[in-house]
Amino acid sequence: MKTLSSIFDSRRTWAWPYVLFLVLFVLLPLLLIFVYAFTDPQGHFTLKNFVTFATKSEAVNTFIYSIAVALITTIICLVLGYPAAYIMATAELKTPAVMAMLFILPMWINFLLRTIATVELFNMFGIPLGEGALLYGMCYDFLPFMIYPIYNTLQKMDRSLIEAAHDLGANRIEVLTKVILPLSVPGIYSGIIMVFMPTVSTFAIAELLTRNKITLFGSLIQRAFGEGGLQMWNYGAALSLIMLLIIGLTSFFGNSEDNETQAGLL
Amino acid sequence: MSKKDYLIEVRHVSKQFEDGKYALNDVSLQVKKGEFVTILGPSGCGKTTLLRCIAGFQVASEGDILLNGEDVTNMPPHKRPVNTVFQKYALFPHLNVFENVAFGLKLKKMADDVILKKVKQALKTVGMSDYEFRDVDSLSGGQQQRVAIARAIVNQPEVLLLDEPLAALDLKMRKDMQLELKEMHKKLGITFIYVTHDQEEALTLSDRVVVMCEGKIQQIGTPTDIYNEPQNCFVADFIGESNILSAVMIKDRKVKFCDQEFDCIDEGFGENTPVDVVVRPEDIYIWDAALEKRGKVEGQDDVDPDDRVPKGKFTKWYGTVTSCIFKGVHYEMTVQTDNGYEFMVQDYHEFLPDTKVGMLVKPEDIQVMKKEHYIYNHFEGEVLKNNKVRFLDADWDVEPKQLEGFNVGDAVDVLVPFRSIDLQDHEEEGVISGEVHFILYKGNHYHLTIRTDEGYDLYVNTNDVWDDGDRCGILIEPKAIKLAKA
Repeated sequence: MKTLSSIFDSRRTWAWPYVLFLVLFVLLPLLLIFVYAFTDPQGHFTLKNFVTFATKSEAVNTFIYSIAVALITTIICLVLGYPAAYIMATAELKTPAVMAMLFILPMWINFLLRTIATVELFNMFGIPLGEGALLYGMCYDFLPFMIYPIYNTLQKMDRSLIEAAHDLGANRIEVLTKVILPLSVPGIYSGIIMVFMPTVSTFAIAELLTRNKITLFGSLIQRAFGEGGLQMWNYGAALSLIMLLIIGLTSFFGNSEDNETQAGLL
Repeated sequence: MSKKDYLIEVRHVSKQFEDGKYALNDVSLQVKKGEFVTILGPSGCGKTTLLRCIAGFQVASEGDILLNGEDVTNMPPHKRPVNTVFQKYALFPHLNVFENVAFGLKLKKMADDVILKKVKQALKTVGMSDYEFRDVDSLSGGQQQRVAIARAIVNQPEVLLLDEPLAALDLKMRKDMQLELKEMHKKLGITFIYVTHDQEEALTLSDRVVVMCEGKIQQIGTPTDIYNEPQNCFVADFIGESNILSAVMIKDRKVKFCDQEFDCIDEGFGENTPVDVVVRPEDIYIWDAALEKRGKVEGQDDVDPDDRVPKGKFTKWYGTVTSCIFKGVHYEMTVQTDNGYEFMVQDYHEFLPDTKVGMLVKPEDIQVMKKEHYIYNHFEGEVLKNNKVRFLDADWDVEPKQLEGFNVGDAVDVLVPFRSIDLQDHEEEGVISGEVHFILYKGNHYHLTIRTDEGYDLYVNTNDVWDDGDRCGILIEPKAIKLAKA
């Protein structure tokens, strides 16, 4: 019995289910994507999938377009989200927690439902669906992911730093540019990553809000797997790998900036 | 007041918060150029609020603040020629030591070579010359505070405001920094306004000390004045150790306490006036009474080997040592007199518990203070039906004969003796409830200030031991309540 209880007491033992989970649902799929991307349907090593991507102008254009959409969405979210986070964190609101919750509230509902509702609203008011609707929908869905990390960093900031800057002769604008903005950089990084990464790979929002008129990179992958049949899986895997690379690069930049970003992200 | 007289003038400044409480209540203060002024008081006394009003972080609700004769009451902080050193340093974590110190100069758009020279000079002043390019987070608390001081003085402000700058440092470091601050003050010639709750720090550093309590200035004076001639019980109790006793001023230069008459040097209190006296524990001379009784004359070697006790006709009193604690430089004894008074005495000699001792104090060491309130609490009241009177927002029973000559609805003055208020451990047992707000030990009883939940203060004399902040129920004996025409 002693050995059994010592097995249960050990932290190592309790880690095993999670290790199994990670292997089965994270590492193995990644490995499969990797293998599929470099093989043809017969299982032979090939670089053809990547060559197809690079030579198909439609695929490359979609890729660039997707990144552009993600960038614009991120910028809009930053421009809209930073002041909101700043006001929530600094203004002496009686109920800052309620304010923060109101911004988070839409996230309680599945984003597909929200997007479908948005489509219906656009239809109701007779606004044409398309690029504008797509950006609107993306910003609407991802704005909380920008506000929250910035709000968190700003809220943790020592109030006396602002007073110290005023005391040393900084006016309100100088306090913002020389103290508050530099100190909220970790939050901004987290926000950018949390908005940029999912927007690069999104496809459902694009399909619904543009009635399939605009194809994003995510849709391309989805089509490769969903409509292309088994032969297209290898191509889809190659596209996925390219996207993973982009996302990996973004978060790598973020992480190398400083450790606080990581904390904010987590 | 002309422009030259004072650098800072605070005129009748009050600061009221949203809940109606006053953080500052009619505070007036003048500071001369080059002075080192300390604002001293317990936490919540308004000292930091006063500093923040001078710095501009808070705006006074009433009154004016003048800097160099110019009204700055509503001027934003970045336009004032003052700089602040914050309690928790408030160094910018995204900047290194050099950039922190240069922050103010860069905002003034100074040339780079001037900035470099000034920053180096400031860092040298605070002894941080080799730390220019260090990350501020890598510095110790003391080093961070030095950088914070350099960041403030580099701007050559007319006034340097220091908000408990040493509170976060350990004792040894604090002592060192105190000396350095004093040196810096001399060298720089800048006016220092220093906020602290540490009375020793205030006495060590300042040219003048401002003692504050509950938003009001209690006393302004040099450290010696504040220590030797406290103006009221709060100051006497807060600064240093003290024996505070209720006394009666028999006539000029004659005061009675502990059932004995003493010569003193105070005049002008009138005859038979109730007063408070303060006797500092180190001013009491103490000797072994047994030696005296054995026929040996006091003042001779056996009784007083060091010839410490002054000779002459002084009033002596006797008691038994109940405790003796070694305090490093001296011993601290508690002496209980036969008639029930307790004295704290400090002496270089040890007198063990149960020793019968004699004590005396020189007339000039007895500090007589006016009593701010005595014997009775005064309240405004209203006569109700059924032998009840309403005051302190509650209805109280009174003796029917007290009500003779009054009609229902009459406004009355209510007098309640300090001794007749009965404090209950359980607040629900009282007619009203409150909190112990201030405790003063008067030698043989405690004088408590109780703040009721409705915000009234009442004074209670009791032999029971209470702690600051204790909750209590309040009862008043009906026959002790006296009424007078309003």
